[in-house]
Amino acid sequence: MRELKTDVLVVGGGPAGLSAAASAAGAGANVLIVEGDLHLGGQLVKQSHKFFGSKEEYAGTRGFEIAKILREEIANCEDRVEIMLNTTVSGYYREERVVTAMVGEEEYLRIVPKKIVIASGAQERLIPFPNNDIPGVYGAGAVQTLMNVYGVVPGKRVLMIGAGNIGLIVSYQLMQAGVEVAAILEAMPRIGGYWVHAAKVRRLGVPILLRHSIKRAIGETVVTGAEIYELDDKFNQVGETEVVECDTICLAVGLTPTNELLWQAGCRMKYIPFLCGHVPLRDKCMRTSNEDIWMAGDVSGIEEASAAMIEGRIAGLGAAKALGFNIQDEMFGEYWVRLKNLRAGEVGEKIRAGVLNATVDGWEENA
Amino acid sequence: MDLIDGHPVLDFSHGEKISFNFDGKTMEGFEGEPIAMALHANGVRVYRNTPEMKRPRGFFCAIGKCSSCFMVVDGVPNVRTCVTPLKRGMKVETQNGRGRVELSCDEASRS
Repeated sequence: MRELKTDVLVVGGGPAGLSAAASAAGAGANVLIVEGDLHLGGQLVKQSHKFFGSKEEYAGTRGFEIAKILREEIANCEDRVEIMLNTTVSGYYREERVVTAMVGEEEYLRIVPKKIVIASGAQERLIPFPNNDIPGVYGAGAVQTLMNVYGVVPGKRVLMIGAGNIGLIVSYQLMQAGVEVAAILEAMPRIGGYWVHAAKVRRLGVPILLRHSIKRAIGETVVTGAEIYELDDKFNQVGETEVVECDTICLAVGLTPTNELLWQAGCRMKYIPFLCGHVPLRDKCMRTSNEDIWMAGDVSGIEEASAAMIEGRIAGLGAAKALGFNIQDEMFGEYWVRLKNLRAGEVGEKIRAGVLNATVDGWEENA
Repeated sequence: MDLIDGHPVLDFSHGEKISFNFDGKTMEGFEGEPIAMALHANGVRVYRNTPEMKRPRGFFCAIGKCSSCFMVVDGVPNVRTCVTPLKRGMKVETQNGRGRVELSCDEASRS
């Protein structure tokens, strides 16, 4: 079996992983990025909307353009960064400190890193309803991949489940791609996403049905429609079940961290609803309870890509510092301030509480 | 292929258009793009049937994490078609059940 050695292994080539790789390589470390997909950039490559926030965090720039900027930064690190695409990390062996990975579907290899940054991202949540497994029920991210990355028409008429930012943005993007959106259902009594995103789809005439949910998908082998119903305060049905004709049911009901590798590495984990699942405990430098492993991005709690990129910078610096590279403490301080600014205000309230709950003052050495 | 025409924000650049085979039919797709996308563009929705309940499954997460799009590709079962690049002349088949890997006597005695 092929074996690779590296100073820092970065698991995942999305916004967090690329930022971690850039900062670790910038400090002088050799970095190997392992990415399961066929391209770098993670979910940024399918974000065709402009980002919010501050200028430092690329506000006003479209997601796929941010991916390009990060890829260029990585390219400028020259031979200090090696990239493996279509390669999926499959395990971490604690005793030997070895990571196993699969290239494509056939070749297995061993990676022996000195330090690891896990930036494995998140995966779509599924909600239970009869027939939710038949073709035509797609995750919102998958619909974005189809239409925004590969230019494939995802369907003719889509029912969107969830009026958070992803549900609203993807609905708008579907209409940009010429697809009809039948309605957006939201079980809660109010819209979860930003007002501007909701206003855009409402102006185009798409109904946002609050206190509504899906009862079942209709279809023998593929989706041909959906039964929907209205909910009361206790989430019980009120009124008649209605039928919506559609060939696609798009689930935008949230994400959960892809945390298997962290569990396997024995990192101390905690269930934090505000961060959308089990997340690793971390110190301020994004180090886990395993002294060789750092984390960044959605795997540490579901948040925006802007935060993932800063966490990546911090984790990359942390790993490089542990390897003995010269890192000034002020460099961390600058990133902490930027993270604090991003999470300020009412919108950041839950993230702030979640992160506080997941952060430890420090790790006892050799614990 | 059912592709998006005249997008207001995005320009799509595709690789070379090539032919591949799906369950005995010849289809067109773009080299290097995931197999699952090419199938979807050709109107294919069912990618496999599950082992126990015989339920149809297709595209779902598109990032290689959910196993919904497993198919038999060039004789190899359980291939994640959403992250496996399409190649000229590839033979893609609907997967029924768990799929089978044929072992030659040589390989069987080594393992």
